[in-house]
Amino acid sequence: MTLGMRVSGGVAVLLWVLGMAAGLTLAPPEEHMSDLVRIMFVHVPVAWAAMATFTVALVASVGWLATHRWGWDHLLDASLEVGVLLGVLLSVQGSVWGYPTWGTWWTWDPRLTSVAVMVLSFLGILALRAFVDEPEKRASWSAAASILAWGSVPFTYFCVKVMNSLHQKQTPWGAMHPDMLKALLLNTATITLLTVWMLMARYQLARTELRRELGT
Amino acid sequence: MAPPAIATAGAGRRFIGRWAVRGVTLAVPQGAFLLVYGPNGAGKTTLLRLMGSALAPNEGTVSLFGGEAAPARSRVALLTHADGHYDELSGRENLEQAKALGGLRGSVDEVLVRVGLHLRARDPVRQYSAGMRKRLAFARLLLKEPELALFDEPYAALDEEGHTVVDALFQELHARGTTVVVSTHQVARVSALCTHHAELCAGQLVAFGPGAPARSRQGVRAAGSLGEPSAEGP
Amino acid sequence: MKEVVRQCSLVVRKELLHLWRGKARLVATGAFAFANLVVFSFAGGLHGEAMRTNAAGFLWVGILLASTLALGESFRVEVQNQALEAMVLLPVHPAAIFYGKAIGNFVLLSLVGAVMVPCSIVLFDAVPVGGLGRLFLTIPFGAAAISAPGTMHAALSCRARSRDVLLPLLLFPLVVPGLVAAVQATQLCFLGDAMGEYGSWLTVLAAYCVVQWGLGGLLFSHIVEE
Repeated sequence: MTLGMRVSGGVAVLLWVLGMAAGLTLAPPEEHMSDLVRIMFVHVPVAWAAMATFTVALVASVGWLATHRWGWDHLLDASLEVGVLLGVLLSVQGSVWGYPTWGTWWTWDPRLTSVAVMVLSFLGILALRAFVDEPEKRASWSAAASILAWGSVPFTYFCVKVMNSLHQKQTPWGAMHPDMLKALLLNTATITLLTVWMLMARYQLARTELRRELGT
Repeated sequence: MAPPAIATAGAGRRFIGRWAVRGVTLAVPQGAFLLVYGPNGAGKTTLLRLMGSALAPNEGTVSLFGGEAAPARSRVALLTHADGHYDELSGRENLEQAKALGGLRGSVDEVLVRVGLHLRARDPVRQYSAGMRKRLAFARLLLKEPELALFDEPYAALDEEGHTVVDALFQELHARGTTVVVSTHQVARVSALCTHHAELCAGQLVAFGPGAPARSRQGVRAAGSLGEPSAEGP
Repeated sequence: MKEVVRQCSLVVRKELLHLWRGKARLVATGAFAFANLVVFSFAGGLHGEAMRTNAAGFLWVGILLASTLALGESFRVEVQNQALEAMVLLPVHPAAIFYGKAIGNFVLLSLVGAVMVPCSIVLFDAVPVGGLGRLFLTIPFGAAAISAPGTMHAALSCRARSRDVLLPLLLFPLVVPGLVAAVQATQLCFLGDAMGEYGSWLTVLAAYCVVQWGLGGLLFSHIVEE
């Protein structure tokens, strides 16, 4: 691992601790949900990071199909895995929050379901990558499948707005307590940084794996 | 001067990290008859598939008729052990479909007679023997009237009469000016016709040049191989 | 463009010929869909009311499950003797192959769906108060929503290892938006459409189809070309 990656990883972890502290202490409790609102400080950034990562996968797919440069495939590999990880985290957090709030761990609500569908779509592509041996085919096929699967990202985003969902609607920035907003922004920055760091680490790993696979 | 029918420059193709063919540089002039030979697993099938644009090279280039390989597909025909037939359709239906899809010029009836399948043309391919399937694959190739015809193991699965049909066919194609590439272990059968030869060994081109392969080398090769199977993997 | 359409129509002809030759396969696919409906009725707890409410969902999940068999088979014949490669080398335009095969699968799934409609009416006692005509209109839209992504993913998975697991794993999450719309529209046909929502669900379904059929034609060349 390069020095740059170690430093940025260290900074991300430090920011993460600060962000957690801000979310748990600085921000005031909310009037209806009291302390339960604090999950928002990880939940919203993770949701954003998951969708952004899947969008990175879309960009990487188009990049590979257009240029056939291996860098794009490494990025696709990285973003698929990190995206699925974030998506699973998102569902678990939602579940943890849903139990005290809605009284159930899981409900077949449009938002929860659409997130599950999004994660499953990309999980299937990870399976596809595992079952195709030839690197070029694996790259082209998973890129085509990722472009199709990306449709689930806007579907998930707009689900809450369009359908009648138990889930919170997105809150406008202005309507939030300033301290809450600060904590949220700090955590968003932190989790974005962590995601970028994971993508970079996974990218390097993908490059090493391919080199070993090709025996070069 | 007409561009070469096939020109490869450092062409290589790998499968899951193993190079099946690597660093092949050769030029086959139009109208030539190229014999490709070498032991099992030498990369003959891969080389022919590269030349027929069924595979793209992982490194180097393959150009056909002076241009890129894929756009020349309508002028090239490739016969491999995977015959491309639909088992549920009859031999005739398979050919008619290929003719319509590719806008081919040849006559279905003529090529069926040519390969000796006209009496069984209405049977579904599912009921064909391995040799008959091979004959149908020949018929399909003839239907295309290609300028470059590539044959991978043309003699495999055929009976003695089939061998004579193929011999005559090669003569006819060569006389017509078609560029022919044949990969086979039956070196003696085609060496009378061939204008060029290429020897592959472990994915490398070890000999390439005009004329038939030298006698002595063939002897060494024949002594080194025992009961070779007729078809081989990629 | 004209050449692509011509080749596409020939591929469709070949698909239909295959369908006709393999009538047994068609019947088996239909029988499998029917068996699904019967099994689902146990999941409904054999309560008349619950069955009626869920009839639309049962119908579409039954068709979806049967589609994996049909789609897998439609590419097995292409891969077996490398006929797909032979077509590409002929050369046939990849988009023509995609649309030809997708239309072939669409016809098969529409037929299966059309047969499943009376079956579910009888099995689930679901009299289509919202209109039988609308019900039969919804079937081809839903079939189109499955057949385009299904053709794409069958082409992928048939050449990978563990293809039988891979196809549903890739296909099911992908068709959820289309399936939700198809089930909603079908439910309105079965239970009545008091609020006049049928049109908007059909629009959602049609939009999903347009996206999938469009992307499929664009991306298929990357799947079949080396």
